[in-house]
Amino acid sequence: MSPEEKSSKEQELQKEGLLTIHSAKEAEQPFLYSVGRYGSRFLEEMQKNKRFVGVRCPKCGKVYVPPREVCGPCFVKMEEEVEVGPRATLDTFTIIRFPYIDPETGDLRPVPFGYGFFKIDGSDTLFQHYFPIDDESKIKIGLKFEPIWREERTGSVRDIEQFVLVEE
Amino acid sequence: MARRSAIVATGQTHHRSIRRDVNGQEIINEAVTRCLEDGDLTINDIDAVVIGNMDHFEGINYVDCWSVDGCGGFMKPTIKLTTGGTTGSTLAIAGHHLVASGAFEKVLVIGWEKNSESDTTGAINTAFCPIWDRPFFAGAIAGLSVTAQSYADRFGATPKDAARVAVRDRRHACLNPYAHLRKEVTIEEVLASPMLADPVCLLDMCPRTDGACAVVYAAEGLAEKMCPQPAWVHGVASRHMFSYVSDADFAGGSLFSMERAAQELYKKTGIKEPLKEIDVIEMYQPFSWAGLIWTEDMGLCKKGEGPKLVWDGVTDLGGELPINPSGGVVSTNCIGATGLIRAAEVALQIQGKAGERQVPDVNLAIATGFGGCLWTDMLAYGKNKPE
Repeated sequence: MSPEEKSSKEQELQKEGLLTIHSAKEAEQPFLYSVGRYGSRFLEEMQKNKRFVGVRCPKCGKVYVPPREVCGPCFVKMEEEVEVGPRATLDTFTIIRFPYIDPETGDLRPVPFGYGFFKIDGSDTLFQHYFPIDDESKIKIGLKFEPIWREERTGSVRDIEQFVLVEE
Repeated sequence: MARRSAIVATGQTHHRSIRRDVNGQEIINEAVTRCLEDGDLTINDIDAVVIGNMDHFEGINYVDCWSVDGCGGFMKPTIKLTTGGTTGSTLAIAGHHLVASGAFEKVLVIGWEKNSESDTTGAINTAFCPIWDRPFFAGAIAGLSVTAQSYADRFGATPKDAARVAVRDRRHACLNPYAHLRKEVTIEEVLASPMLADPVCLLDMCPRTDGACAVVYAAEGLAEKMCPQPAWVHGVASRHMFSYVSDADFAGGSLFSMERAAQELYKKTGIKEPLKEIDVIEMYQPFSWAGLIWTEDMGLCKKGEGPKLVWDGVTDLGGELPINPSGGVVSTNCIGATGLIRAAEVALQIQGKAGERQVPDVNLAIATGFGGCLWTDMLAYGKNKPE
């Protein structure tokens, strides 16, 4: 329903004695989340050195990206840092075409865009990021991609602009 | 060993996209009142109340406290459970646990949602990791679409195969007076509907619904006196997966948690040939593609053969193993209630009270729940007491 349709529906209901209350223009409620040592390592390496690091489970050998303290399936603490990448294989993806309000910005997210799950070389988990869709027909599961690093990096997953197809 | 429990009464609202005539407490009360009427009970018969919804959808984080007047929890032990999409099935499991454990004799279980009261794509964002998942999160649709993409890539299933599932469920919903969307759709209409996230179209996806559902669980010894045909719990299983969406193994689109939960449930209930032995399934199937993939994950057919099962009419009302005679989640999705509606609908099937959507001779039925980071709940109910 468009805002206009919504508002005229609300007016109709008001006449029937059914009112609504708008909660405060989506009051901003900021949080300050601790990333933790492992995640901080990952973000720092991206920012300073444009490289990816993961962590290996001493029990099952699985390499986790981004790195975290505990291997969930084994429930053991992990210590061994492993460099992974820089390239990645596309594991699965979609092209988002429906507009929605991005809660990070409060604005309508521009669509369409490519949203992919990338298996960075050497990693056993996937890494979410964007990819360009100027030629949708080229995008296939199993193809190799590489990250495009931003000039200005702040220690965030957005230090990568997107992943692009490696065309050899 | 736990004692036996059964669902003895159910109630649900007539689910709609916007119920502006009631606030949250009132919609809860509607389902509770109908449930008590169905069981010929009063609130005084109830020993404990368990209630749930996806609390960030209405932005009220203290639902057990806030809803006390409407839910019947006044001066009773009342707790809230909320586990995202699986809230309803978690509630169904909890009702069973609380009675089977011997802690209570009669438990009222309530699931509800007023999806109309917020921007649910924004709200659902808060369920995911703020550091690693939220920057990219594009709603439930994105997470589901990538599994469909993976499945299509591995097995060659097509949007037309998925559309056949949507057509089935929407046709079934026309026989269910409580369903939200009660209009059939054709394969062509599904394929022509706007693409949300490749390969999922609008008519492949569930709607947003305002609705509530309530059931009463009773212990063996009481249940038989309370209704002519209790729906006996034969077993429950629950499998959680990963913290982060990107830790999931999407290869082939299979739902790993569902495979494991099904294996455990079949072991507990002695089911050896699920396609033959199960009479009806109410599957928490949030989009059409899941109706292909998860029939395989439940062991109803081999990997990649979901489409054949569906096209052969096996899962239609009148087929060998009807799935979602209620119309399922693509016809009605009041999230906090949705998983519980699966249990209530299965109970109605066992009790022979499912009206025009009744499957004949239901002895064993399964209700499933799905949510959040790809986890699964599964419950088996039967006409007769379990071994």
